[in-house]
Amino acid sequence: MALDHFRIDDRLIHGQVVVGWGQPCQLGFLVLVDDAVVDSEWEQELYKMGVPPEMDLYFDSVESAARRMAAYREDARAGMLLVGDIATMAALQAKVPDIHTVTIGGIHHKEGRRPRLRYVFLTPDEEMELQALAAKGVTVIAQDVPTAPPIPLVDVLAGDGTG
Amino acid sequence: MTMSDAPRAVVAGHGRFAEGLVSAVDQITGLGHLLTPVSNSGMAPAAIDAAIREALTANGAKVVFTDLPAGSCTACARRLLKGSPEVTLVTGVTLPTLLAFVMGASVEEAVAKGHEALGSVEPPRGA
Repeated sequence: MALDHFRIDDRLIHGQVVVGWGQPCQLGFLVLVDDAVVDSEWEQELYKMGVPPEMDLYFDSVESAARRMAAYREDARAGMLLVGDIATMAALQAKVPDIHTVTIGGIHHKEGRRPRLRYVFLTPDEEMELQALAAKGVTVIAQDVPTAPPIPLVDVLAGDGTG
Repeated sequence: MTMSDAPRAVVAGHGRFAEGLVSAVDQITGLGHLLTPVSNSGMAPAAIDAAIREALTANGAKVVFTDLPAGSCTACARRLLKGSPEVTLVTGVTLPTLLAFVMGASVEEAVAKGHEALGSVEPPRGA
């Protein structure tokens, strides 16, 4: 229980999170960490519409998530923390060094990114950011849905987008 | 009804959901060309936004059907609605809804058809 999923997913709250992970893991709450969303009531409403009533959704900046981390971890319910990009997770981990495992749930195609897995596309800079996280002792894996096997970072970076 | 005022829509969803629904509509009615499928596979939110917008422009549709209310296609379509109030969004689309829509039902009627068609079927007595 408690907050033990730290996920990078550029879609933030969507079907895989709410249904794919939410139901089998019985997630009771989500923490969405995004410095833009936290300042936009409209964006928050958008994400709230996608969350079932039995699941709480909290919005945080990197700063406020770090401040509230102890409380989230004490929550008896299972929880997942979501960020939209690697830089945000790296910034959070710098403030919360005992984030030990980070899951790449989805970083999709855009200009400059190379395909690494079917759902992971990375720029060379993003690959370095992930390696820097790993060098700090964080276990970085890729796993889009709970039924898929977790893929270690070294295999992600060796991928060609077909895995 | 002329071709120009035929109901048109974009169908957006996960994997090959939209493509499959449009294919089924075409098999049943021959009117699959009124629907443009969009898949979110491998796409970042900005790309999904662009794909839905492009599909709306390409087929002149004012309706978007999506699969999951919590899905990324729905989230992207909601963003699009913010700047395009003439567009209608329907979530949780099913084949009966799309069939009703392409056959000329209003969006409200098509949604009602979808609701009506959903149900569990009891086994026959004595089976």
